[in-house]
Amino acid sequence: MAGKKTESLIITGNQAAAIGAKMSRVQVIAAYPITPQSPVTEGLSQFVEMGELKAEYVTVESEHSALSVCITASTVGARAFTATSANGLAYMCEQLHWAAGARLPLVLACVNRAMAAPWNILNDQQDAMSQRDTGWIQIYARDNQEILDSIIQAYKIAETVYVPVMVCYDGYILSHTVMPVEIPRQKDVDRFLPRYKPHTILDPSDPRNLNQVTLANPRLNSIGSLCHGYMELRYLLQEAIEGCSETIVAVDREFGETFGRSWGGMTWSYRLEDADLILMAAGSLATQATVAADELRAQGYRAGVLGLRVYRPFPKQDLIEATSKAGLVLVFDKSISYGNEGPICSDLKSALYRSKSRPVVHGYICGLGGRDIKVRELTEAAIRSLLWVRETESAKPTEWLNCQI
Amino acid sequence: MGTRDCKHISAMASPSIGEAGRTGEWRTSRPVIDHSRCIPVRKNKPSCFLCWLYCPEAVIKRDIPIQIDLTYCKGCGICAEECPSGAITMVAENDYVER
Repeated sequence: MAGKKTESLIITGNQAAAIGAKMSRVQVIAAYPITPQSPVTEGLSQFVEMGELKAEYVTVESEHSALSVCITASTVGARAFTATSANGLAYMCEQLHWAAGARLPLVLACVNRAMAAPWNILNDQQDAMSQRDTGWIQIYARDNQEILDSIIQAYKIAETVYVPVMVCYDGYILSHTVMPVEIPRQKDVDRFLPRYKPHTILDPSDPRNLNQVTLANPRLNSIGSLCHGYMELRYLLQEAIEGCSETIVAVDREFGETFGRSWGGMTWSYRLEDADLILMAAGSLATQATVAADELRAQGYRAGVLGLRVYRPFPKQDLIEATSKAGLVLVFDKSISYGNEGPICSDLKSALYRSKSRPVVHGYICGLGGRDIKVRELTEAAIRSLLWVRETESAKPTEWLNCQI
Repeated sequence: MGTRDCKHISAMASPSIGEAGRTGEWRTSRPVIDHSRCIPVRKNKPSCFLCWLYCPEAVIKRDIPIQIDLTYCKGCGICAEECPSGAITMVAENDYVER
């Protein structure tokens, strides 16, 4: 176990992300400043400038270009990293699809922030949730240690399944808040994370035209092999993402064996064994929900927390099993799919359709644009939901927590 | 046998003739050459070849007379536009009659 001689630093989530990328020995970094992400890339540019990290730091004029640089670098065999927030992530949208379609194992730190208009620099998770269908794996970290650890894990996952990974963490709540973080030893990280091997070696003596126009139907190439049409390539991407849960769990387990810490793989739980009432969320809000669960336990309710660590691939089977003994699940979403409901809530309901013992699911929208969420508000919501289930036959509509309209 | 056997996980091709499929099937009009007006033919030596230079699909051969590979010519008409002696005419495929 390596845990004994490591140092601990009291650092922000952004510093943890920068150190995670540095210890992953990233070779190309390209990013454009945006609040609250900027300190990540400021930290990395400092590492490069001070000679602590042997990497190419490419300054660009936009987030679209930042991800383009990373795509190009990854294509020619370099481990590449970028970070962004909110409108910056939205500006990358086209290249997010490109990176996934080209099966490039990039890692992006998404420091979750509310989307404009109107301008708001504070936290919710609308930015990352709005990009859930771009073909990236999404991990939501609950504290600064998990940010650092997840970035190292993310490279291992991405480079195993050739799917890019977004490591998401809450702006300000984690990005600008200090807490103790254990820094692994570089030689242990090097042993855990081998060199990046691209899926296609670019070689002038065997040239390739990559991601060329690919029409609907399969085609015979010039040597008579039947090559994928567009639809077969989309199937392969879905197959890789749906099938990568095992890799995510195995990488987390191996991380635990090497560093003495693991994060639950796809989901994590708190006092869930006998819980009848489950609070569910992703990111730092789920950590906060553990305090609410303790409070509810003190009031005599059998409450627990189901933390969603990986949102894509959506851990359907884990969620079915984790909720099978509960009567009521409350999902707290920090984003909304306009015209429907919170995305985690609707995905959970969809997963539970196959479950033989379906709990009642109530959706709450909360914390948009940095609206404070108090533990008391979570416990009160839980008690309102319990009363609703007891007294009302009809389905409970999505409730906006602490919305003073 | 499915496409999995090609072992690619992303779209790729080797630069060679026919890798993009039989692109000539897309053509709605074809370049027809009047060789008697073509400069290399008139001079009987390598010259001009602007059609070869401008063809975005590289389907024109620098022979005398020049040859166009209609299996892959998409019929864009750039050669006809660039020919300084007006030797190339674009003819709609529906109107084209083999002579």
